[in-house]
Amino acid sequence: MFKVETKNLNLHYGTTHALKGVTMGIKENNVVAMIGPSGCGKSTYLRLFNRMNDLIDNVKIEGEVLFNGKDIYNGNIRVEEIRKKIGMVFQKPNPFPKSIFENVAYGLRVNGVNNKKFIEESVERSLKNAALWDEVKDDLKKSALSISGGQQQRLCIARALAVEPSVILMDEPSSALDPISNAKIEELIYELKKKYTIIIVTHNMQQAARVSDRTAFFYLGELIEYNDTKEIFTNPKNERTQNYITGRFG
Amino acid sequence: MSPFERHSLEQRVKDLVFQAVAIIGLLFAVSILVLLLVNVFKDGFSRLDWSFITSYPSRKAENAGIIPGLAGTLLLVLLTAIISIPIGIGAAIYLEEYGRKNWLGRLVEINIANLAGVPSIVYGLLGLGLFVRWMQLDRSLLAGALTMGLLVMPVIIISTREAIKAVPSGIREASWAVGATKWQTIWHHLLPIAFPSILTGIILAISRAIGETAPLITIGALTYVTFLPDSVQSPFTVLPIQIFNWVSRPQEAFHENAAAGIIVLLLFTLFLNSMAIILRNRFSK
Ligand SMILES: Nc1ncnc2c1ncn2[C@@H]1O[C@H](COP(=O)(O)OP(=O)(O)OP(=O)(O)O)[C@@H](O)[C@H]1O
Ligand SMILES: [Mg+2]
Repeated sequence: MFKVETKNLNLHYGTTHALKGVTMGIKENNVVAMIGPSGCGKSTYLRLFNRMNDLIDNVKIEGEVLFNGKDIYNGNIRVEEIRKKIGMVFQKPNPFPKSIFENVAYGLRVNGVNNKKFIEESVERSLKNAALWDEVKDDLKKSALSISGGQQQRLCIARALAVEPSVILMDEPSSALDPISNAKIEELIYELKKKYTIIIVTHNMQQAARVSDRTAFFYLGELIEYNDTKEIFTNPKNERTQNYITGRFG
Repeated sequence: MSPFERHSLEQRVKDLVFQAVAIIGLLFAVSILVLLLVNVFKDGFSRLDWSFITSYPSRKAENAGIIPGLAGTLLLVLLTAIISIPIGIGAAIYLEEYGRKNWLGRLVEINIANLAGVPSIVYGLLGLGLFVRWMQLDRSLLAGALTMGLLVMPVIIISTREAIKAVPSGIREASWAVGATKWQTIWHHLLPIAFPSILTGIILAISRAIGETAPLITIGALTYVTFLPDSVQSPFTVLPIQIFNWVSRPQEAFHENAAAGIIVLLLFTLFLNSMAIILRNRFSK
């Protein structure tokens, strides 16, 4: 069974047909990279899984989005529950203007946790898992806005981990970062994959090749090719995939 | 001279001319204000003393004071704030975060912008019809505050919306993404971050309420009051009306009273504004 999957999914933004009949499944503890030219629908696809597209006016979604086999667009499901189980890291680091500690604790607090000890342990664990603990452990009270961009992005990862999701969506998580921070994030993804299922959007072919088990190539809202990363990069079946990964268009 | 150099010289000249025009404009505005202030202080300063503040109006100019007007203004502003701030902020939150941005939403938006520009006398007429007559509140403090509340609400709504809109969308998304509800996101992030700007809007709106006279005269606020309001149903007057009343009398002595009243009104506005600015600076750091 797939951890998350979509079946014949179509999405319209008003008159823009942004996703065209996408059927794709992602196995547990896999890292799937999504590649494709700008505007092809990668972010839109990613945001289906935590229902972030719901918040945009005039969006029409047809088809199924399944999480552990259950349709998450079913009316009986609380969106907030889904978002807790399927975390997200955004392209630009977006910490809250609060302390480092409160940033990580926030997800717990809104989900009704107020046991101080539990929160403290969870914050520490999440920061460790996000490979940030050693750098910030002495100033957890400091504003999250005062640390570097790379640290902020790892803080955002820690914030996502704190609510114990099982899937993490990453939309170009290191595109705004320097090479060293980028390498740190990649290492982190490698570690995280032991416990989480990860879908990552990236424009960086090397990154896709390095971190992912499988790669999906999108073009103009369609899923063109989806296969093991090795296969995609060494032996693409579709000509457009080949052109894209070799840099001939896009 | 190369074309580049000529261009840069031209730009510098334009820059200087613009600066000069701007400075002249500024000087003009400031000198008129100074002139006004000097004039008012010259006429009214000698009348300003404790008994002027604490006395009731009187037929004798030298015994007259402003206590009913001052108390009326204070209470009116307070009530207006209590009425208009929660409703205004609530409406803004609804329009910005919950309401759909369809044709109905846009219609509402345009109408609110228009309401902000409606002459205050029209609000007075509305207040007269709605609150004074239909709701039978009579010419009470409450009727005045409701009327003023309507008058300032569009300004509060518009500035609150702008303030909420200015919060980066990344903050909203981050909050939603960890499972916060819409309301939690508004309460924990949007309002605190937008608070300084919201406060600025409220200051502007309330300052406007302090100086307004026309709508209150329309709803029938009294001009000669020798008691303090003891409840929201009590008749009342406000400082601007008291001043207006004194100005319209023939005797020179009453004009001095008016000038002294203006000084008090100015100080009051100044006090409120600086309070708000202090508050704002404290929260926006
Ligand atoms: N909020 C929106 N409203 C209307 N159209 C949108 C919206 N968001 C995206 N689109 C459109 O949907 C299509 C897919 O956009 P999407 O952001 O998913 O692309 P992307 O693959 O993530 O691109 P990029 O690599 O530049 O991030 C584009 O044509 C875009 O213009
Ligand atoms: Mg994108």
